[in-house]
Amino acid sequence: MSARVDAADVAVGTELPEQVYAVTRADLVRYAGASGDLNPIHWSDRVATSVGLPGVIAHGMLTMGLAGRAVSEWAGDPAALVEYQVRFGRPVVVPDDDTGAEVTVRGRVAVVLDDGRFRVDLTVTSGGEKVLSLARAVVRLA
Amino acid sequence: MALDAGLVGRSYPPSAVYEVGRAKIAEFAAALGSADPVHLDVAAARAAGHPDVIAPPTFAIALTLSVAASVVEDPDVALDYSRVVHGEQRFVHHRPIRAGDRLVATPTIEAVRSMGGSDLLTTRVDVATEDGEPVCSATSMLVARGEG
Repeated sequence: MSARVDAADVAVGTELPEQVYAVTRADLVRYAGASGDLNPIHWSDRVATSVGLPGVIAHGMLTMGLAGRAVSEWAGDPAALVEYQVRFGRPVVVPDDDTGAEVTVRGRVAVVLDDGRFRVDLTVTSGGEKVLSLARAVVRLA
Repeated sequence: MALDAGLVGRSYPPSAVYEVGRAKIAEFAAALGSADPVHLDVAAARAAGHPDVIAPPTFAIALTLSVAASVVEDPDVALDYSRVVHGEQRFVHHRPIRAGDRLVATPTIEAVRSMGGSDLLTTRVDVATEDGEPVCSATSMLVARGEG
């Protein structure tokens, strides 16, 4: 897939390429089926608004998965991501149109750990608002 | 109703065996838009040093979220699941999940907390093969929002 990043080329402050992912209602349906999370707030406006949401929202785990994909593709290896955590701060509202919502993932190496491991801090936004907080991945590079 | 701090450390029996299939891994990767061949192509996965196709790093949620959520049904926990939202998630991987794995998931309550009328329940789900090889831990913090 993408070229593997070399640990020797990574330091505190190294930035990951910014990624922008479109998330449509069809993507939510696909993720619901793949993950088994059939909560109707991710596909029914009626249920979403009845619990006080502005409308259908993306699964937090879909947003986390997309940000994880950005890190994996930078590292060149999905197995490199050995620890990964997020806090779901704000929902990604997905309109019922062909464009959907945009999720933007930025990342920066924050700490050099031992054993070829690096802590990457992620900034994940939608519509200019942060949707994940304390989003951190530990990546082991060769 | 605040959760009893005595719940911390409570474990539950392991889940039934979850057998990881190649098609499920491919479906999950596609749902994240990932076309990395290590998720899709056995030959590519083997060339990268894996015995079979490997799952994306958040795949474990497909088996662990329902296990973490089942803790809510413990009569001593008894949160209103219709008011539960996913607050935080963490994964620690010992090795990638791969096709052919036969996994069991064992939940343990790691923390309980009340904040602003909401109950916060943190459950660590340890995922291992049925032979006992540790694969990953998936820790979910669920928030039961207070009434009103």
